[in-house]
Amino acid sequence: MNDMTPTRDQRAAALEGMGCKRKRVEDIRFTQGKGNYVDDVKLPGMLHGDFVRSPHPHARVKKIDDSEALKVPGVLAVITAETLKTVNLAWMPTLAGDVQMVLADGKVLFQNQEVAFVVATDRYAADDGINKVVVEYEPLPPLVDPFKSMDPDAPVLREDLAGKTAGAHGPRKHHNHIFEWTVGDRELTDAAFKKADVTIKEMISYHRTHPSPLETCQCVCSFDKIKGELTIWGTFQAPHVIRTVVSLIAKLPEQKIHVIAPDIGGGFGNKVGAYPGYICAAVASIVTGKPVKWVEDRIENLTATSFARDYHMTTEIAATRDGKVTGLRVHVLADHGAFDACADPSKWPAGFFNIVTGSYDFPTAHLAVDGVYTNKAPGGVAYRCSFRVTEAAYCIERAMDILAQKLGMDPAELRLKNFIKPEQFPYHSALGWEYDSGDYHTAMRKMMETTNYAALRKEQAEKRAAFKRGETREIMGLGVSFFTEIVGAGPSKNCDILGIAMFDSCEIRLHPTGTGIARMGTKSQGQGHETTWAQIIATEIGIPADNIQVEEGNTDTAPYGLGTYGSRSTPVAGAAIAMAARKIKAKAQMIAAYKLEVHEDDLEWDIDGFRVKGLPERFLSMKDICWAAYNSVPPGMEPGLEAVSYYDPPNMTYPFGAYLCVMDIDVDTGVYKVRRFYALDDCGTRINPMIIEGQVHGGLTEAFAIAMGQEIRYDEAGNVVTGSFMDFFMPTAVETPHWETDFTVTPSPHHPIGAKGVGESPNVGGVPAFSNAVNDAFSFLGSTHIQMPHDYWRNWKAAKELGAVA
Amino acid sequence: MIPGSFNYHRPASVADAIKLLSDLGEDARPLAGGHSLVPMMKLRLASPAHLVDLHGIAGLKGIRRDGDTLLIGAMTTQHDLLASDEIAKSVPILHEAALLIADPQVRYRGTIGGNVANGDPGNDMPALMMTLGATYRLEGPGGAREVAAADFYQGAYFTALEPGEILTSISVPAPPAGHGYAYEKLKRKVGDYATAAAAVVLTMADGKVASCTIGLTNVHETPLVAADAAKAVIGTNLDSAALKKAAAAAETIMSPAADARGPVEYRKHVGGIMVTRALQRAASRAR
Ligand SMILES: Cc1cc2nc3c(=O)[nH]c(=O)nc-3n(C[C@H](O)[C@H](O)[C@H](O)COP(=O)(O)OP(=O)(O)OC[C@H]3O[C@@H](n4cnc5c(N)ncnc54)[C@H](O)[C@@H]3O)c2cc1C
Repeated sequence: MNDMTPTRDQRAAALEGMGCKRKRVEDIRFTQGKGNYVDDVKLPGMLHGDFVRSPHPHARVKKIDDSEALKVPGVLAVITAETLKTVNLAWMPTLAGDVQMVLADGKVLFQNQEVAFVVATDRYAADDGINKVVVEYEPLPPLVDPFKSMDPDAPVLREDLAGKTAGAHGPRKHHNHIFEWTVGDRELTDAAFKKADVTIKEMISYHRTHPSPLETCQCVCSFDKIKGELTIWGTFQAPHVIRTVVSLIAKLPEQKIHVIAPDIGGGFGNKVGAYPGYICAAVASIVTGKPVKWVEDRIENLTATSFARDYHMTTEIAATRDGKVTGLRVHVLADHGAFDACADPSKWPAGFFNIVTGSYDFPTAHLAVDGVYTNKAPGGVAYRCSFRVTEAAYCIERAMDILAQKLGMDPAELRLKNFIKPEQFPYHSALGWEYDSGDYHTAMRKMMETTNYAALRKEQAEKRAAFKRGETREIMGLGVSFFTEIVGAGPSKNCDILGIAMFDSCEIRLHPTGTGIARMGTKSQGQGHETTWAQIIATEIGIPADNIQVEEGNTDTAPYGLGTYGSRSTPVAGAAIAMAARKIKAKAQMIAAYKLEVHEDDLEWDIDGFRVKGLPERFLSMKDICWAAYNSVPPGMEPGLEAVSYYDPPNMTYPFGAYLCVMDIDVDTGVYKVRRFYALDDCGTRINPMIIEGQVHGGLTEAFAIAMGQEIRYDEAGNVVTGSFMDFFMPTAVETPHWETDFTVTPSPHHPIGAKGVGESPNVGGVPAFSNAVNDAFSFLGSTHIQMPHDYWRNWKAAKELGAVA
Repeated sequence: MIPGSFNYHRPASVADAIKLLSDLGEDARPLAGGHSLVPMMKLRLASPAHLVDLHGIAGLKGIRRDGDTLLIGAMTTQHDLLASDEIAKSVPILHEAALLIADPQVRYRGTIGGNVANGDPGNDMPALMMTLGATYRLEGPGGAREVAAADFYQGAYFTALEPGEILTSISVPAPPAGHGYAYEKLKRKVGDYATAAAAVVLTMADGKVASCTIGLTNVHETPLVAADAAKAVIGTNLDSAALKKAAAAAETIMSPAADARGPVEYRKHVGGIMVTRALQRAASRAR
């Protein structure tokens, strides 16, 4: 063998396939300011639309006078609900089976609700026009507190639902009730509680917050009257779903709708659903015959397009005296605001909240969720988590700490004692899921050893003693979190969106010169799909990742897919990519056999081509097979080398992880410092460790923000008081703690490459780690549960209520 | 978040600026760095019909020492303050405080004149100017006058500026050599205004406080000088009783608004803590 022949390792490395820390190819354009976002779309004659919004949280709309607005130079049209009624679009369906006003129809139900859409030749004129639209309101009493939604005398919010005793998810108990969803065995659970040595009960709130991507929601709609075609460039996490929804509600043939999601500046769940801006821009384009752009500003994004969370979870655990859990009972009051605009799979009104048994072997459990209306913005979306999974993880992880405190046990020990054991997988949970794989004990012990957990506990004990002696004003908390996620929605047997099964797809075409293009039904918003998808293909079929162009987001070219959210891209589209690649490989093997003049079964795959078993020099590279596919295929075979796969996953995937947060809090000011944060993630097979690390860093930063201050808050009168980044906590690099990342690898047994998904794990596992750290810090002063967010003044308030400050 | 339309003027001299402002009247506003005014215009909380940009006027920018006084031109940016050796040497508290204002982008544009003329209780420079005993030079149709920083602030966004007047420079008496100083600012994150902040300039003699001035930011509708608090520590070695007394005295004059930074009680409480910490840190620096 001469020296120039690459070794097997060199050949494998040259592919930059799975496991390689390949640099993100999309960053070449992003770091040079050459991305192409929706707001970069500028079409000839393009108009701009913007909203008149309600200053009232609840009011009757008596009159809308647009006469002065229409006199503003540049203002062309003012669209109201009355205009939309002529095309039957004053209301639109939500993904959750509710309906939502596109523009105020007789009433407004939350502050900043869309009331009228002003269309003008530029954004300045549109805003001038907005200020000239005169709306006459008759204020109505606002309903802000979800706990009062179902009071007998609570104001009626949704007059459109009058007389409707059932909604999309069953009976309604009250005029402000949306649904009740129950899972589990009530009797068995009640019995477990009766027999329990020890029980805990706590109302654990997960406050309202917002995904707040840096790029807000926006679109450009362009209707071609001659062709009868509508093209929409938009910030869409799920472009195909948008196309279908538009077709259904606007009654346009689906083939005449072209949806294009260009580069997207973050989504985090905010860009899954449909918003009034999209409908109004489309209608405005149809009415004016010109392209119309709608770009949401920061205040609008924070206060009108979907919020996340707002779950109030009354949680009870039954346990034996020595700390074995025997039952879980949870009741959730879910605040959806004015319309149930949840972006969950259609049959799941509370998402996958029934993952709330977490990583623990609960013999029985019962869950009930009541959804209610309030005078707040509609939602809520899954903010960097699979549907309601972060709420569930927070609920159980906080409750386990509360139980540990009551039992006088270490929270880590309590978890180790109750984990589902490796030999129990696949594990059937009391609330109906089948966990695919896991090794929780190993992950937890690795976390405890790496962080020297025992030494930290010892230091904490010393600090507590010093605090009690008056030698320090700082308290120390250790936040343990062990989460199990459920991602990869999902199998057609239980997941659909508006009737469309939640599969995903990939189409790969290889070119004669040994390169190719691959298109998927997913849509990256920063996750780095252009990089990682090519890596899967590289490993599967031996074409270097650099030679695979990845393209997403254009519904005319990409195969139908359900999009990117809920950590579903790798579990579902990632599987479709591997399956499409394997179809190609199978054909390639036939071509190779023909060219090498052997039987297919005499070939073996070797990194980047096929080799004749036992004759190592008889080898045909994938590159050569590509060429052959276009000129010398076996007789009877079609030329070309391409494949499509639509993948309906047999099950969800269940990533997990062990996190630890070490925090110090100054009781006098409430100022905290995250001294250390360790995150061990097990996402199964790791496609690109660098991208995983980036995803974990980003998710932890969001978790940190949420737990420590990021909230959408309303005052008692229903005014939203957190409408800008001054008050809505968006940490900068200065506030963000240092992250230590680690991993174990437990592949998914049912996924073609064993990958489980990671994008949302850090948000799901991070929030309880931070909150548990704060709660753990205060626990020795006598508290059991302090609600999030844990910003400075609330920490001080906790210290004060516990008698730690005068 | 789109401002209304306005006319833009860029005069080349102070006289032209004053003339423009006088002629155009109420509808005209001087524009300096724009980092307070433009956000208000985007929210349409301010809709001036005319902006008179001061950037074209030579001589409004710069830092110069004249005997024991530092003269700072109104259009000097926060970044210029941070880059100045003279400031770092003579009035280091200005350097320390400027670093706590917003972020580098804002500091490259935002000016000291705009910061002190704005009249927002959240601005950091006004309390410092009061603490340092600075005076502002105001020039208007009626000529020039000097107003002490301590007499300038009348209420939130209400100042001694008369129609047509602009603030052209600030004179800051350099504190005595060997003075101790500290600016303690509690904020939620980079780019946030103070939950509460305290400025302290003091001198020590024989381990005791010989002189002391304390200023307070964002705990009242105007910046404050906490005279009683300062009195409480003069002659003491800043023992815990003296510090407590000072914090309590400072808290009695605070009347912050409740906002997302916290309820009134919290903002006063941490205001007292900022005073305590600023006193301790200032004393540790005094020679
Ligand atoms: C994100 C962000 C965070 C910030 N954080 C802080 C902070 O922590 N602390 C802080 O102190 N500031 C903060 N600021 C405000 C910033 O320091 C501003 O730059 C400053 O308040 C105003 O200075 P300017 O030069 O930008 O003035 P402009 O915004 O141009 O003007 C402000 C006001 O003063 C008037 N004015 C300006 N110059 C003169 C003059 N020479 N004579 C008469 N009137 C004049 C204007 O007409 C206007 O009414 C922040 C700003 C931003 C955007």
